Amino acid sequence: MKEFKGSRSYVASEELLRAVNIAMVLEKPLLIKGEPGTGKTVLAEAIAEALGKKLIIWNIKSTTKAQDGLYVYDVVQRLYDSQFGGEGVDNIEKYVHLGKLGDAFLDDEQVILLIDEIDKADLEFPNDLLWELDRMEFHIPETGRTVTAKHRPIVIITSNAEKELPDAFLRRCVFHYIDFPDRDLMAEIVRVHIPDLDEHLLDQVLTAFYKIRSLPQIKKKPSTSEIIDWLQALMHAGINPDRVMKEIPYLGVLLKKNEDIDVLRRNWR
Amino acid sequence: MFEDFLYLLRGSGLKVSMTEWMALQEALDKNLHEASFTGFYHLCRCLLVKSEADFDRFDSCFLEYFRNVPFQQEVSQELLNWLDRPNAGQGEYDEQQAELNETLSFDEIEEMFAERMNEQREQHNCGNYWVGTHGMSVFGNSGMSPIGIRVGGKSQGKRAFRVAGERRFRDFRNDNTLDTRQFQVALRRLRQYSGLVDLPKTEFDVDQTIQDTADNGGLLKVRYKRPRENTVKVLLLMDSGGSMEEFNTLCSALFQAVTKTGHFKNLKVYYFHNCIYSRLYNDPSLFYRNSTTTEWVIHNIPGDYKVIYVGDAQMAPHELRSRYYAARQNADLPQSGLEWFQLLRSKYRNSIWLNPSRRPDFGDYWSDTYDAIAEIFPMFPLTVEGLEDGMKKLLTR
Repeated sequence: MKEFKGSRSYVASEELLRAVNIAMVLEKPLLIKGEPGTGKTVLAEAIAEALGKKLIIWNIKSTTKAQDGLYVYDVVQRLYDSQFGGEGVDNIEKYVHLGKLGDAFLDDEQVILLIDEIDKADLEFPNDLLWELDRMEFHIPETGRTVTAKHRPIVIITSNAEKELPDAFLRRCVFHYIDFPDRDLMAEIVRVHIPDLDEHLLDQVLTAFYKIRSLPQIKKKPSTSEIIDWLQALMHAGINPDRVMKEIPYLGVLLKKNEDIDVLRRNWR
Repeated sequence: MFEDFLYLLRGSGLKVSMTEWMALQEALDKNLHEASFTGFYHLCRCLLVKSEADFDRFDSCFLEYFRNVPFQQEVSQELLNWLDRPNAGQGEYDEQQAELNETLSFDEIEEMFAERMNEQREQHNCGNYWVGTHGMSVFGNSGMSPIGIRVGGKSQGKRAFRVAGERRFRDFRNDNTLDTRQFQVALRRLRQYSGLVDLPKTEFDVDQTIQDTADNGGLLKVRYKRPRENTVKVLLLMDSGGSMEEFNTLCSALFQAVTKTGHFKNLKVYYFHNCIYSRLYNDPSLFYRNSTTTEWVIHNIPGDYKVIYVGDAQMAPHELRSRYYAARQNADLPQSGLEWFQLLRSKYRNSIWLNPSRRPDFGDYWSDTYDAIAEIFPMFPLTVEGLEDGMKKLLTR
């Protein structure tokens, strides 16, 4: 069993590394929670890269149903084809298209399946997947076929905590909460993304960044991706680091809501 | 192995099941804790705890149960305060002491630590005996001993074999006994499916297709229908502060449920204090600079919104009736709280008032406003049942 030790572009805490390895060894889904922008989604990419495995991403939307991940039976197409006596209409298999979960099960090698933002979906969504994630198989009644995983995929599930997940589902997962990085870890993360960085600029930016985050009135707090964009914008424009704390140039990169920008302008000193 | 720990956790309200416990045993068999104490702690936490809100509770159970294993008492806050000096100057490195420390076994260190905890009365730093920072002793933080127990502070040399008294997740704790899921389920009743509403026809209509195909002499006619989608839009107005403080948990459970249900087409939330006048506030702190005029809300939020008021409806009668608080400058606007409520009522036909408090049994002073408001809005108690009844009321046309 290979072990995950972080990757070149992803800085993970020791606890996180451990949680990933525990999930892999115990063959349980890993549930990752945390504020937006703490790198939940990127984690799956980093694991895939580090272990040299293929990554299958199943993006969950508010309209996604558990069934969509298994298979879709294109009944309309079949009905149309039957009108013209097309080839293979009696072969239902032709009209059954596997979803992301199905793809992950049938892949010839072990893959990593990322179920992204599971809390976006309906309240009952996670419950509908219990059996499939436990047994790693599902049945297609239309064709009488049972799809069983050739290799048990490593399942990573992310949640923004918008909805509470059902207990039965939680019981089956390994849980990890990604804390918002503290200043030192953030500095390390930023350096991974922007290698040749002026330390003075970084220092000023981090001070401003954590000060903005600490303002209670800010609704959408800036996160890791914003600070990286901001640094890049500042470097691109060649802004003098000493102006950062005073003027907060390119504020729009950091704050995405008009009200937040107004709040900051009023409260900054 | 240590089943008592399972019962301790369950006793403190953590819902740890057998599934999780067996998974922990399996993980221990496979040596996933890497034979280290910290590893064991992380392993337990990521298998047994499923919400960051429970981390603190778990930490204190863990400390309580494994306290005898590593040390005798919890680390006092006083000691932690002494130890919170990350930027202090470094003490001197003492090679002899370092060698001596390395010969100590973990058990010996634990024992010494328990002793110090009993005898230490003041701050000691840079030394080699007491629990302190930047020194050579085997306890404290930011020190230079090649081995030891970190108490407080931040990991620096990464040489500690154990972290005592660390409860990082204190902030997340919410002693929220109310199950918001119950509320969410009740809120799900609040739905009105489109069908008449203008939406593209994207859903395959089996019945109509069969009907039309049959009418067409067996020649296929595919029919689509409009998808069913919740069209309910909600405006939530919450009383904040003052007499509402005691209902905070209840109201926040409702708020969580309403915002997290996410199945409404649109949701707007505003706050007021006791009674609504010319301004509604965007957050519960009720600052003037973060407010919206009630007039704007009435003009911009259409009448098909379902309005849910949450408040105890108890205030001094003059707060509801007097002209003092209302917009005095503009004669076109309502002149008292009561008039504002009436205006809102006439604009939004489907409104209910959810009340976390019961009608006061005695004293006209408090029940007066309660009754006056109950006359304007259908009032329901803020319980799961009351919420269900309220939802039914909101759906009547």
